[in-house]
Amino acid sequence: MGPLTFAVLAVLLVVSALAVVLHPNPVKGAMALVATLFVLAVVFVFLDAHMIAALQVIVYAGAIMVLFLFVIMLLSLQDDLPEGGGRVGLRTAAWIGGGALACAVAWICLRSPLGAPPEAPQGYGGVEAVARSLFTDFLLPFELTSILLLVAVIGAVVLAQRRGA
Amino acid sequence: MWGEVGIAAAKSLAVLVMVLNLCVVLLWVERKGSALIQDRIGANRANVFGGILPFNLGIVNTMIADPIKMFTKEDVVPAGADRLLHFLGPFLAVFPVMVTFAAVPFGDVLLIGGREIDLQVAALDVGLLYVLAMASLAVYGVVLGGWSSNSRWALLGGIRGSAQMISYEIAMGLALIGAVMTYGTLDLQVIARAQGEYLWGVVPAWGILYQPLAFFIFLVAGIAETKRVPFDLPEGESELTSGYFTEYSGSKQATFMLGDFAEIILVSALATTLFFGAWQVPFLARDGWYFPGGTHLAMPQLAVAALQVASFIVKVLLLCCFQILVRWSLPRYRYDQLMNLGWKRLLPLSLANVVVTGAVIVLAG
Repeated sequence: MGPLTFAVLAVLLVVSALAVVLHPNPVKGAMALVATLFVLAVVFVFLDAHMIAALQVIVYAGAIMVLFLFVIMLLSLQDDLPEGGGRVGLRTAAWIGGGALACAVAWICLRSPLGAPPEAPQGYGGVEAVARSLFTDFLLPFELTSILLLVAVIGAVVLAQRRGA
Repeated sequence: MWGEVGIAAAKSLAVLVMVLNLCVVLLWVERKGSALIQDRIGANRANVFGGILPFNLGIVNTMIADPIKMFTKEDVVPAGADRLLHFLGPFLAVFPVMVTFAAVPFGDVLLIGGREIDLQVAALDVGLLYVLAMASLAVYGVVLGGWSSNSRWALLGGIRGSAQMISYEIAMGLALIGAVMTYGTLDLQVIARAQGEYLWGVVPAWGILYQPLAFFIFLVAGIAETKRVPFDLPEGESELTSGYFTEYSGSKQATFMLGDFAEIILVSALATTLFFGAWQVPFLARDGWYFPGGTHLAMPQLAVAALQVASFIVKVLLLCCFQILVRWSLPRYRYDQLMNLGWKRLLPLSLANVVVTGAVIVLAG
């Protein structure tokens, strides 16, 4: 990834991420989050992680965010937002937490040496490479995650049935 | 380097022009086809030379006069609409569909001056995942168009659209997993080349022979993704006026229509690539015909490439016509029927397909 590409993508990413937090309209905030996730996928493409980029768009931008929008639209949230955008205590906590996170990231970035990243090996980030490491080195975490997801699915079904009865 | 850029640009332009022209041809096929099905004469007001020609020029009318009419009409934005998102809606409906065609191979290779040109815009290792990713973004045009119009009909259409497209995406993705297991790759060009084999030396080994159920599920889910009858609840003109694009007029409404037709072509192109041998012509290899029985007939490479591209387009057109036939033959589903079909029939069927395919692959080695 050249410096120009990186600069353009970074600016787009930061601007859309800021719009998620700062835009008063929830639908536009959600759309800004979609844009953020999409630009992040583009960054992944330039880092040779094609598989992750595709999954990022399918799962986050294409499915989870559609559900977000669905809920926002069903509740038509734009009419009943409190003036000033929420409670003062929560906003202060958010600023402190976000500031601390930004400081931590900046500290790590400043400590690590600058320089060209190492050249990616052939086939890096493709379907086969990701699948191979997923089913060999990371088999246990992978299976545990799928059990977690299965539990979540069963939980959702149980909750939905209780509501319906 | 500029040669590479030029070739890439030419390929992108070729695909774009091909898709846009197919869209307009389909618009005419749809009008004339529906007229045939309903025993009407159909789009016939195009007698440009005063009855000298033995046939009327309905296709010219549809290809030139209609777009000019649509794009010069007044563009109405309803009061209280969110102007930015209302403007973006049609673009978000068309853009993801158009870029998806980048991963679809429309021919094998073209040999020009010692240079081998792969007839595919983007040779992607994750081809099929890219297709699914981009197709999953098309829902935003529907959702935002419906929400930003400040109209109850449009909002209801947008909500229906988002629920429907998310539901059928799952069945579609799982149906494709069966096909991916058969070929062992996600690269659409590799999948296309793999279908150049022959069973017992005579039957072309197209995907439909291995994955008939996956094709059926993919086609049903694909028609649901295009939001047309029998799955046109987001539009639902008898209840919601025009659903999510009720408040659109002129060129923006035409853009939504363009997106719909491009989706029909995309579903057909993907079905062709995965299940009907992509650009393969039976018994035609890169250097000519190889008929069963050992007859060989040489053919210039340019003619072979042209024939393969033509074969791809013909297959896509046939599947498009089939979709239009379905659209004019069936009544609309109720919403609960729609959800039942997606979640309780297609999803378990596609899961069973994955299991059976896996078992066969393991047992057959």
